[in-house]
Amino acid sequence: MSNINRRKFMQLTGGAVAAAGAVGFSGFAIGGASKKVVIVGGGTAGATAAKYIRMADSSIDVTVIEPNQHYYTCYMSNEVIGGDRKLETIKFSYDGLKGHGVKVVHDMVTGIDANARTVSTKGGQKFSYDRCIVAPGIDFKYDTIEGYDETVAEKIPHAWKAGDQTKLLRSQLTAMKDGGTVIVAPPPNPFRCPPGPYERVCQIAHYLKHNKPKSKILVLDAKDAFSKQGLFTAGWKKHYGYGTDNSMIEWVNAAGGGRVSAVDAGSMSVTGEVEDFTGDVINVIPAQKAGKIAFTAGLTNDKGWCPIEGKTFESTIHKNIHVVGDAAVASPLPKSGYAANSEAKVCAAAVVAMLNGKPAPQPSYVNTCYSIITPNDGISVAMVYNYADGKINKVKGSGGLTPGYDKTTMEMRAREVGYAYSWYDNITRDIFS
Amino acid sequence: MQLTALKGTVLACSLAFSGATLADSPSAEMLSNTCFGCHGPNGNSVGPAIPSIAGMAETYLVDVMNQYKEGARGSTIMTRIAKGYSAEEIESMSAWFASQKYAPATQMADAGKAKAGAKLHDKYCDKCHSEAGTLADDEAGFLAGQWTPYLKASLTDVMAGTRDVPKKMTKALDKAKKKGGDDAIDQLLHFYASYK
Ligand SMILES: Cc1cc2nc3c(=O)[nH]c(=O)nc-3n(C[C@H](O)[C@H](O)[C@H](O)COP(=O)(O)OP(=O)(O)OC[C@H]3O[C@@H](n4cnc5c(N)ncnc54)[C@H](O)[C@@H]3O)c2cc1C
Ligand code: HEC
Ligand code: HEC
Repeated sequence: MSNINRRKFMQLTGGAVAAAGAVGFSGFAIGGASKKVVIVGGGTAGATAAKYIRMADSSIDVTVIEPNQHYYTCYMSNEVIGGDRKLETIKFSYDGLKGHGVKVVHDMVTGIDANARTVSTKGGQKFSYDRCIVAPGIDFKYDTIEGYDETVAEKIPHAWKAGDQTKLLRSQLTAMKDGGTVIVAPPPNPFRCPPGPYERVCQIAHYLKHNKPKSKILVLDAKDAFSKQGLFTAGWKKHYGYGTDNSMIEWVNAAGGGRVSAVDAGSMSVTGEVEDFTGDVINVIPAQKAGKIAFTAGLTNDKGWCPIEGKTFESTIHKNIHVVGDAAVASPLPKSGYAANSEAKVCAAAVVAMLNGKPAPQPSYVNTCYSIITPNDGISVAMVYNYADGKINKVKGSGGLTPGYDKTTMEMRAREVGYAYSWYDNITRDIFS
Repeated sequence: MQLTALKGTVLACSLAFSGATLADSPSAEMLSNTCFGCHGPNGNSVGPAIPSIAGMAETYLVDVMNQYKEGARGSTIMTRIAKGYSAEEIESMSAWFASQKYAPATQMADAGKAKAGAKLHDKYCDKCHSEAGTLADDEAGFLAGQWTPYLKASLTDVMAGTRDVPKKMTKALDKAKKKGGDDAIDQLLHFYASYK
């Protein structure tokens, strides 16, 4: 009864006032237990969790707090950088979530009080919760690259959060003269979307080959090996002359001095371990850690990520707070959009059960990452995961990579591109509609 | 027959328990919602290529998943996915998707080709794919309202011999091609795409 009253009250007042009022009303629950969830971050993981909680139990009050009016997916943003896709096609609104009765508040969370069970925002609002889900994605370890920070990123983009950064890198590529050098500097592990930097190299190469064929891409890597490496390098060979004198792409690994330790926006140069390099366009992707709020709320371990329990995604540090998506330590699940969506569904089911005084259900998880090498050549990595012995495990025998060129046909490779687009349309529908 | 009846009860139980969960097996819904990222919410794909699986016959779904798992049916990715599930899990998911409602996709189609395709379908395919191939009980996948690139891939595999279908279907395809010429397949695909 009190829930109904509260909801009516919210409808009457509406918006931020109602949300702020929610704190005062938390003690109002006389009848049943109060069931209030506050979600920090309306990205892939946060938005999925919000929708799935409301679909499973519409008596739960769900508020998503997210600073941005729109969400730009990082997935398929490499295609925007390569020019085959418009930025508008990766932009989503929160209207779908609102349709599920999720309250969406556009503000930035600045504090979480785990004892008082409240969340406070930059805009001065305060929200009480029974369970909080923290899904802030990643932040950059800017201090690992001398001379690099948020301001320099306006000139040397990372484009590892989609939107303006994506647009900037795209416009720099279109402005570049034929014969220019593009530097791409992938980060050390662990980071968001392990195959992402290498798909980006493919997408940029695809653009240059057809528009500025005298140009080069120099990949300065902080690692000696990377995700889907065999498939990517074979793709670079097949389409972009990799390994020949005429290669469009050159990859310098960490052992070869690829790790970038400093950037200079003035001279458009980067410092490697052996020598300095200059580029006409520079894309530096710094080392990563959990989003800032995870640190403020004391949810991180010494490596800068949030340890969780794999069945519920409840923080192992603070009770009643769950962490999902890139910010969480959910390995062997990678930091990907598919994984974030899958984790959020498991977390949502656990939160619904726990708020109703039931044990969390047995989880199941899936991950897939598609990468587009050319418009007719797609590859993927997939895996099914289960929960056993108190942790998340890969299901033996499942998953793996697309076969190499010698073991498959170009027809199958082309199909994977169509299926990648399908995956994109379906997962974004699953999250935002 | 006894075995099938028994399977039925087990499934009914696991469905009824989907909220509460049996000891160590994920509920049907928990298993199935991991497929939505590719197949769309509840198994209705918004395209443009991955097939919808909502509302297909349970026996067909079990059969197909097992074919993928054993590598008996060619695929780009489903073999890698299907290998992650036990027989019980496959049955549980199949029952769940079978209980969903198929939402045929709206696609662009050329009216002329669709008309020619309709004729071919009625003559050669309708026997086994009734109601334009939307009847789950036929246990032969969906045709009308299924995503065209996927159907095209399926037919390519059938004609290349990498996908097992009844011999009579291969014969029906040959006859349709004889009748409609090189455009026959294209016409059939336009017919299935034109379905509203
Ligand atoms: C170039 C690129 C390509 C990719 N391609 C793929 C792919 O093909 N497949 C795939 O599966 N994955 C891909 N990914 C990875 C995928 O984008 C991420 O793994 C996914 O977005 C993680 O979801 P998340 O919810 O954890 O974080 P995000 O989606 O980043 O969401 C975090 C949200 O939290 C908000 N937020 C942060 N701090 C606060 C705060 N204090 N208060 C309120 N809100 C806050 C942010 O504004 C943001 O909206 C790719 C990534 C990149 C960069
Ligand atoms: C990464 C994307 C992806 C995921 C995840 C996925 N599928 Fe598929 N599915 C496909 C693709 C692509 C095809 C077409 C065959 C192929 O090339 O693999 C397909 C085909 C199928 C078919 C055949 C449909 C028909 O008409 O015969 C079934 C059944 C199926 N999937 C079931 C499932 C189930 C159940 C799950 C979840 C356990 C699942 N899929 C998860 C991509 C996916
Ligand atoms: C003798 C019965 C029969 C006839 C006739 C027949 N089919 Fe089929 N068809 C089947 C069966 C059974 C399957 C499912 C096979 C399997 O289990 O994978 C199938 C599968 C298919 C598929 C793949 C569906 C999917 O989801 O992948 C397509 C496409 C198809 N048929 C098209 C046709 C067309 C077009 C015709 C007419 C030219 C036709 N069939 C005639 C029995 C038939």
